[in-house]
Amino acid sequence: MKNVFLAVALIAFAATGLQAQKYFTREGSISFFSDAPLEKIEAHNGQATSVIDFESGKMEIAVLIKAFQFEKALMEEHFNENYMESSKYPKALFKGQIADLKGVDLEKEGTYPVKVIGSMTIHGVTNELEVPAELTIDKEGVLTGNTNFELVLADYEIAIPSVVKDNIAKTVKVTANFNFQEFKKGS
Amino acid sequence: MKNCIFTVLALLFCTHWAAAQDDLLSLLGEEERTEYVTASFKTNRVINLHSLESTSKGVLDLKISHRFGFLSGGAYELFGLDNAMIRIGFDYGITDQLTVGIGRSSFEKTFDGFAKYKFLRQSTGKRNVPISLALLGTTAIKSQRWQDPNRENYFSSRLYYTVQLIAGRKFSEGLSLQVSPTLVHRNLVATQAEANDVYALGFAGRVKLTKRLAINAEYIYVLPDQLGPDYLNSFSIGFDIETGGHVFQLHFTNSTSMIEKGYIAETVGDWLDGDIHFGFNVSRVFTVAKKK
Repeated sequence: MKNVFLAVALIAFAATGLQAQKYFTREGSISFFSDAPLEKIEAHNGQATSVIDFESGKMEIAVLIKAFQFEKALMEEHFNENYMESSKYPKALFKGQIADLKGVDLEKEGTYPVKVIGSMTIHGVTNELEVPAELTIDKEGVLTGNTNFELVLADYEIAIPSVVKDNIAKTVKVTANFNFQEFKKGS
Repeated sequence: MKNCIFTVLALLFCTHWAAAQDDLLSLLGEEERTEYVTASFKTNRVINLHSLESTSKGVLDLKISHRFGFLSGGAYELFGLDNAMIRIGFDYGITDQLTVGIGRSSFEKTFDGFAKYKFLRQSTGKRNVPISLALLGTTAIKSQRWQDPNRENYFSSRLYYTVQLIAGRKFSEGLSLQVSPTLVHRNLVATQAEANDVYALGFAGRVKLTKRLAINAEYIYVLPDQLGPDYLNSFSIGFDIETGGHVFQLHFTNSTSMIEKGYIAETVGDWLDGDIHFGFNVSRVFTVAKKK
């Protein structure tokens, strides 16, 4: 009986140990830019959530589509209603792996270029995605992640009607900036 | 017994472990937030009636509306197209919930103004509210020359007021419905038999057909014994077509006037006799003050 409890306690402890290797944010910032001949459109979202598990190298990001803010109210309405159908597909999701995490030393100040590979789900459509990113550890040991990449709207079955084809770019630039916190139980 | 406890604990642990591995984000738990329901209607009017939508903050909505003559005018009048009533109006969003507007109708040379406050917004999530509520107040000033300039005429006789509560719900992406209890006050009426205060109940709905096309309909029931015998309830049906910054509303209605006191209390067209106006509202929005 004693042994059993000991074993359980050990495993539980090991699990806590694992969790110390996780980092998270609930206030990740994501922006995108569409640069078309007639109109430049820009939207920001400061509520992306993300978790990185340094043990396995896995990372996940979830973004609420309705939380994107635009300069013009009508753009926001059309974005949600006509293009992203955010009532049907409320979130964009990324699940992937940081490929070269072994080279990242969380204890040491520095900037580490990494590669993120995984699957991106937007508008109910999932595509494989491979993007370069940068992990930075500052003097205080705070971890931040940055990336920018391009998404082709057609890949996610986001249709642009011909009347607005000069207003909305076929490819949008995405930038993300996450300030991570260490994940502790109860965070 | 021993084995049993161990198995249970092991199982519990395994499930916990598996969950954590499968879905990292579940570690953070689901954060409950309030999501306000948007775009119940394409624009802030159903056809003649105000919809429960407001004009967004800092947005100017220019509305140009036409009602052609009655279809019953026949080929001689080109089914009404030879005549047109027009209203030009500007609506502006002071906040996301407070809209004000002014307009001028050619029908009886009437100026009008309104304020609409959406004081309850339908939402889901943390704050779950099943309906939206808005309060609308309008004033109209008839500037047409006095019919009889020789009698004593008062400016107050030119004034009309309307108070309306709009209660509505977006039931699904495809269906929005609203009901609007209304009071129209007229300072001067034509005969003693007509009421100065007219109570009415407006019903309106939208069925969205595609992302950019919807069917709207509205019916305004005026409670009995308030109007003269020539007046009928207003019924309108039409399409909303959205093209980027414009919303085109094309419709058929038996009301000539496009403002509350007119289409609620002064509708004379009879659908069954073909007294139907073809008409349109064009709405063009301009972002005047940019959001930050």
